[in-house]
Amino acid sequence: MRIEQRRRFAILGLTAPTYLWLALTIFLPLSVMLYFSFLTVAPIGNREPALTFAQYGAFLDKEFYRFLTWRSVMMGVHVTLGCVLIGYPAALILAHHVPNRWREALFLLIVLPFWSNALVRIFSWTMVLRENGLIDRGLQAIFPDAPSVGILFTYPAIIVGLVHSYLPYMILTCYISLQAIDRSLIEAARSLGASNLAIFRRVLLPLSLPGLLAGMVLVFVPVIGSFMEPRILGGLEGVTLGTVIEDQFTAVFNWPLGAALSFILLAIVLTILAAAYPLLRRNLQPF
Amino acid sequence: MSIVEVDKVSKHYGTVAALENVSLSFADGEFFGLLGPSGSGKTTLLRSIAGFVEPDQGDIRIDGAPVRDTPVHRRDIGMVFQNYALFPHLSVFDNVAFGLSVRGAPRREIAAQVAAMLDLVRLGGLQERRPRELSGGQQQRVALARALITRPRVLLLDEPLGALDKRLRQEMQIELKQIQREVGITTVFVTHDQEEALTLSDRIAIFNEGRVVQVGQPNEVYERPATAFAAAFLGDANFFTGRAGSPNGTGSLGAGAPRRVLLADGDAILTTSPLPADGEPVRLAVRPEKFEIYRSGAGPAAGDAMNRLSGRVLQAIYSGSSITYKVDVRGQEVTVFEQNRSAQPFPPGEAVDLVWAPRHSVPVEP
Repeated sequence: MRIEQRRRFAILGLTAPTYLWLALTIFLPLSVMLYFSFLTVAPIGNREPALTFAQYGAFLDKEFYRFLTWRSVMMGVHVTLGCVLIGYPAALILAHHVPNRWREALFLLIVLPFWSNALVRIFSWTMVLRENGLIDRGLQAIFPDAPSVGILFTYPAIIVGLVHSYLPYMILTCYISLQAIDRSLIEAARSLGASNLAIFRRVLLPLSLPGLLAGMVLVFVPVIGSFMEPRILGGLEGVTLGTVIEDQFTAVFNWPLGAALSFILLAIVLTILAAAYPLLRRNLQPF
Repeated sequence: MSIVEVDKVSKHYGTVAALENVSLSFADGEFFGLLGPSGSGKTTLLRSIAGFVEPDQGDIRIDGAPVRDTPVHRRDIGMVFQNYALFPHLSVFDNVAFGLSVRGAPRREIAAQVAAMLDLVRLGGLQERRPRELSGGQQQRVALARALITRPRVLLLDEPLGALDKRLRQEMQIELKQIQREVGITTVFVTHDQEEALTLSDRIAIFNEGRVVQVGQPNEVYERPATAFAAAFLGDANFFTGRAGSPNGTGSLGAGAPRRVLLADGDAILTTSPLPADGEPVRLAVRPEKFEIYRSGAGPAAGDAMNRLSGRVLQAIYSGSSITYKVDVRGQEVTVFEQNRSAQPFPPGEAVDLVWAPRHSVPVEP
């Protein structure tokens, strides 16, 4: 009994700093923002704020916000899909077909985007994607009459930039669960008559599903709220809920509206995750 | 149920020879053990038969047809892996059903066959369990059932009982043998456990450094080891080196009578096995349990019928049913294994005589 009690104290003592830190860095600012979202104006300078639901009302009133929300969610879906289609095969090859001595070097290449400044990375994409950019020039060097394929300031350009930014998350999470799969399981399946496709469908995919799902969540959630890539790569097409929120804070100084839109975005993300929860819970457990 | 032939198979990894010109033939329904230390090539051979390893040279044939161009999943083999390699995300039922399911068998047929197979390995009622919820022995049986359900032409077992504790291993040995008999499938298994090889196999091949050292039935290989390595790897052995003796030594040495191996210091050991020409060097192996140990001067007299060497007990290791002696014989340490029949073991320092029959002195290649 006493040991039990002391253990409980020990656990409390050891975890308390973490909880305190989380409370200070996440919960406190979020609470302030939640408060702001119910104000008429930001309480900066000597303006007199009053409590109101107007900011949330604006979202419901204006077709514009609903359209942007839909665009942001679809952007999340497309980028996640792109990351899955590129990242999962990459992780599979890395985990099961690349000799050990090459693996480290390849990992370095994958993580490299993390090390560069995001802004620099996105601006370099403008060099590549714009009309008469790197892709165009390369293409025209081979086919002199080739038409321009410059896609800068279009929706696909945003997707390209975002997929590039978030691909490492997908590759790493998929890689971790794929490399944990014992080689002998693959051999066992093969000895039982399974073709490569059958091995993938019946062994590799189900066993790596936790990593795949974790990667999807990890990509989807931040992409919905992203604003840098849409703004720089998307031009007029690049207005999303994320850029509007950013505008409210940095350009328009309508913090309450920005805060309200942020919480609406948060609610949407949580709703989507809650809807996917049964699937996630079933597949995120170890076997 | 098939005949498997391994014909002059070699496999090199860089400069290391994993298999060097190995030829073996496994008879229909035979339980064949590949025995050897780790790195001796036995696992490479098993994996070559399975198709996971492609030999550099030579052919493997199943029922006369070379399988070189047949990929693993079309070879129609069953394999049990050392760590069982059960699919952790599938139930026992789905694990066992895997082979039939990838072949597209109808659902009803799968259910019937899985049930029958689980009965065979005495796992009825555990269908819904996940592998991690099973004991080691149960996992082993699931792996066996999974490998057998497709009625493969050959069953390959890679250290099948290696992960089990000793008691369970002995139980499973008997059961494995029973199941193999019942199914009648040609089975090749790899082990480094000599006792397991002797217990399970109809025939054994002993591997060393990529080569087959000796092939034979367990008692042949044990009683008549061909080389010093085979003698020492399969069981324990004491070695005596000397020269083939001249027939004009003392004692009657007619045709079929024991011949003499002269040791360095004038002692001689008799053997009934064929020896090289007189004066050629000879190495004799004697198993520890072939000796009888007597107080110095007691027991049967030396002569044509018996070998007798005297020595001094260095150490007596008591282990209940048996006693292992280390005896100093002419400066050489000899291991002697005695059933515990005498009430009082010989104490260290005691002068003793070792007595054994000439047929137990087996000349081996060095």
